[in-house]
Amino acid sequence: MRVTVRLFARLRELAGREAVACEVDADATVRAVWDAIVRQHPALAPHAGTVSAAVNADYARMTAAVRDGDEVAFLPPVSGGAD
Amino acid sequence: MAASRFAVTRGPLELGRLVELVSLRPDEGATTPGAVATFLGLVRDRNLGRRVHHLEYEAHEALARRAFQRIDEEARGHWPGVVLAIHHRVGRLEIGDASVAIAAGSTHRAEAFAACRYAIERVKQIAPIWKHEVFDGGDVWIEGATADPDDEAARREALERSCA
Repeated sequence: MRVTVRLFARLRELAGREAVACEVDADATVRAVWDAIVRQHPALAPHAGTVSAAVNADYARMTAAVRDGDEVAFLPPVSGGAD
Repeated sequence: MAASRFAVTRGPLELGRLVELVSLRPDEGATTPGAVATFLGLVRDRNLGRRVHHLEYEAHEALARRAFQRIDEEARGHWPGVVLAIHHRVGRLEIGDASVAIAAGSTHRAEAFAACRYAIERVKQIAPIWKHEVFDGGDVWIEGATADPDDEAARREALERSCA
């Protein structure tokens, strides 16, 4: 099945793309999508430990299942707001 | 300017608009607040010893609006009756520009102040918004916490700060 991966901030810069179409197995989890995107863009690999994810604009665990057509976003540590 | 209490916007923030959004709620049948506390975060000219030239803010906008809504619900869990408005600006911001505006309306001032502080702490923890700092001699992504809305320790920390 096919999902759309969205990358933000530092991850977007490292991949050189803000959206990537990604083929994954039918029973794929968010982590499987991450692994697939890292194979395409190995520069993302060091960020596995600090990334968080959202599926269809809702925060999701790496163990969550994804479905065909989902939008899976990977998010580096956030820095919104103000000090 | 956005009509919603939760917004990510490219244009300048208007704190007065947020105050209206938490003050006038004829459609909700709620009582009118007796207190509104506000917070405005501005772009500083110095950060970690660097002379900042400007900032570029980036957001996952749909997820950010949901995060703001979640923060509003969390705040109401702690301070019943509190209503929040949270607007965050994205794109290029110059020194002194407002990057985030928060208004907290409540029956009494103590809850309004506490909820306003809670909201900015939670925005920093869970809003999917990133800050790219351009300074004299370079640029850097500012990264804080790995966003996890279910992290209870982070939530407790925000609550402790808001009640300090």
